[in-house]
Amino acid sequence: MYKNFLRYIISVLFFLGVSGQANADFKVGFVYVGPTGDHGWTYQHDEGRKAVEAAGIKTTYVESVPEGADAERVIRQLAQSGHDLIFTTSFGYMDPTNKVAKDFPNVKFEHATGYKREHSNVSTYSARFYEGRTLLGHMAGKMTKTNVIGYIASFPIPEVIRGINAMTLAAQKVNPDIKTKIVWVFTWYDPGKESEAAQALIDQGADVIMQHTDSTAPVQVAEKAGVWSFGQASDMQRFAPKSILTSIIDDWAPYYVERSIAARDGTWKQQDTWHGLKEGMVAMAPYNSAMGSDLVKEVEQLQKDLASGKTHSFTGPIYDQKGNILVAEGSVADDGMLAGMNVYVKGVEGDIPQ
Amino acid sequence: MIKIEKRNDVSPSIYFLTPILAIFLTLFGGGIIFYALGFNPLEALKFFFITPISDLYGFSELLVKATPLCLIAIGLSFCFKSNNWNIGAEGQLIFGGIVGGGVALLFYGHDGFYVLPIIVLSGAIGGMIFAMIPAVLKTYLNTNEILVSLMLVYVAKLLLDYLVVGPWSNPEGFNFPETRQFSESARMPILFDGLRIHAGIFITLITVFLSWLILYKTYLGFQIKVSGLSLKTAKYAGYKGKTMIIIVFMISGACAGLAGVGEITGPIGQLHRNISPDYGFTAIIVAFLGRLNPVGIIFASLIVALTYLGAETAQIFLQVPKYTGQVFQGMILFFLLGSDYLLFFKIKFLGLKKNEL
Repeated sequence: MYKNFLRYIISVLFFLGVSGQANADFKVGFVYVGPTGDHGWTYQHDEGRKAVEAAGIKTTYVESVPEGADAERVIRQLAQSGHDLIFTTSFGYMDPTNKVAKDFPNVKFEHATGYKREHSNVSTYSARFYEGRTLLGHMAGKMTKTNVIGYIASFPIPEVIRGINAMTLAAQKVNPDIKTKIVWVFTWYDPGKESEAAQALIDQGADVIMQHTDSTAPVQVAEKAGVWSFGQASDMQRFAPKSILTSIIDDWAPYYVERSIAARDGTWKQQDTWHGLKEGMVAMAPYNSAMGSDLVKEVEQLQKDLASGKTHSFTGPIYDQKGNILVAEGSVADDGMLAGMNVYVKGVEGDIPQ
Repeated sequence: MIKIEKRNDVSPSIYFLTPILAIFLTLFGGGIIFYALGFNPLEALKFFFITPISDLYGFSELLVKATPLCLIAIGLSFCFKSNNWNIGAEGQLIFGGIVGGGVALLFYGHDGFYVLPIIVLSGAIGGMIFAMIPAVLKTYLNTNEILVSLMLVYVAKLLLDYLVVGPWSNPEGFNFPETRQFSESARMPILFDGLRIHAGIFITLITVFLSWLILYKTYLGFQIKVSGLSLKTAKYAGYKGKTMIIIVFMISGACAGLAGVGEITGPIGQLHRNISPDYGFTAIIVAFLGRLNPVGIIFASLIVALTYLGAETAQIFLQVPKYTGQVFQGMILFFLLGSDYLLFFKIKFLGLKKNEL
């Protein structure tokens, strides 16, 4: 009896192995906006790709693809050259991805941070980075002496404004006197501009610096100036070992592996994914012990609560800069509101560039 | 002792053969680089230069990529031939794109055959006006046109940034830095279904023909050539230098503006921050590789466009680093300038004999 059962198992495994080999041609393509060595956005996507590769699936990537007329050709070439699933990892690839998807109904497409799914073979995905910002806000509120938090922002899109608001709300909770000062640099990656912005914020009295841009320049400026900072996208600790309190890490690996396997096995379906701390798409680098073990414990607890859903980054009452209520007491902001967020909460200085 | 002497007579056939020699040297040098990177050089070169254009789609993409390069380079050849160093074609392209894109947004939702011609014309005028800034400053205030035109690139880029982030951003676009997609009537007609090659190529071909006509068959063209060979002669002959400088910049700017408007109404279909992957700068290589000659520039633009496509295919099929494409472009220019030097100058190894010195 047992022997038969074993035989059965072995033959099933054998068949699985054979069918796995039938899919040996299965290939996943990645389109990157920056170089894989940027230590930020693209670097993390490439880490995700390596995880797919480690799961036994062939991958290809094309780096530094401009978001202009070239993107469509690169995506199309990947589709044409036998890639079955293609991840396009920057917002600017939204229209080209949808255009190519129309012509290749058998190829699956996954577009990061976009909102257009014009064909059934296009999915979108993004991460709830604002949950990480809530943790940053908590630490910043506790660590600041000058009560000025400096924020280097890229573009006034909902994702960035969400981060600013989440951070400010969390900081206010532990320190009602804090002010958030923002410098808009209108770039995702420009070490020169980013370090100038960091310096300007420090000159204006900020003693905690955080960034929604991808280079390591701001944390290096903070390290030199002796103020606190937070890393972005990947663990930037080694670039500013004293200054960095933690980094928000974009961990695309589990998602990429899951979706690649689903596409290979034929279970891939269109979806709009928005994962956070719970699923691990947003992760935190080790906390700097310089902030004291009590605070580390507090933040770790808050991280657990955010992951379990016990705490929400946007819990009412939340007011905008003019004092109008945005989220009523006792309720939390829904995903629709978060997705289209375009006002600052109270306590943020300045206006959103329009 | 090494002595460098100027050659007195350079045969025209060799003058036009050196670019081809430069390309072969680049292929050879590229093969060595691929070998050093651990790739089979022949296979790598095949993926780089043949695979990209092995089907109709690839060939159409080559033309899509070469079209703006050729247009800008043709315009630049007027400037360079007359010793005017317009380095800011990128800015003129962007400004042309801004003006053309603005008009396209103005006509959003309008149908009519007149929409596209108005957009294209306004783009050309935009580039032309933007190019006149360094020209006028040079002629009347004696400023350096290299610096002014180069700096204006950043002005144009920042202006585009401002517009797509703020006033012109898509009202339904969640504040993302891009405008709406233009209406169908504002788009360049596609020539073949499924390919991206668009009517802009006719604009380029007409421009090439007109340039040839102006450069080789008109008095203006003669003035441009004489001024390029010797400014003093031009002055002595009584040519109005100032007018000519402004005219060549206008032509050059209009071409760059046309290229910009061709990109946004062609493959892109909207305005955003990345309408040009530095076409304006790459076109400088194209202009010199083509010997500032309209026909030469056509071939040069195709070759340089191929290095872009090749870099992509080589990356997809062999995972060759993306920047090899730039290395190839650099090598072409290096070998071209190097062989030019040997073309115009003789290097004599004199040994240590001191009889003549």
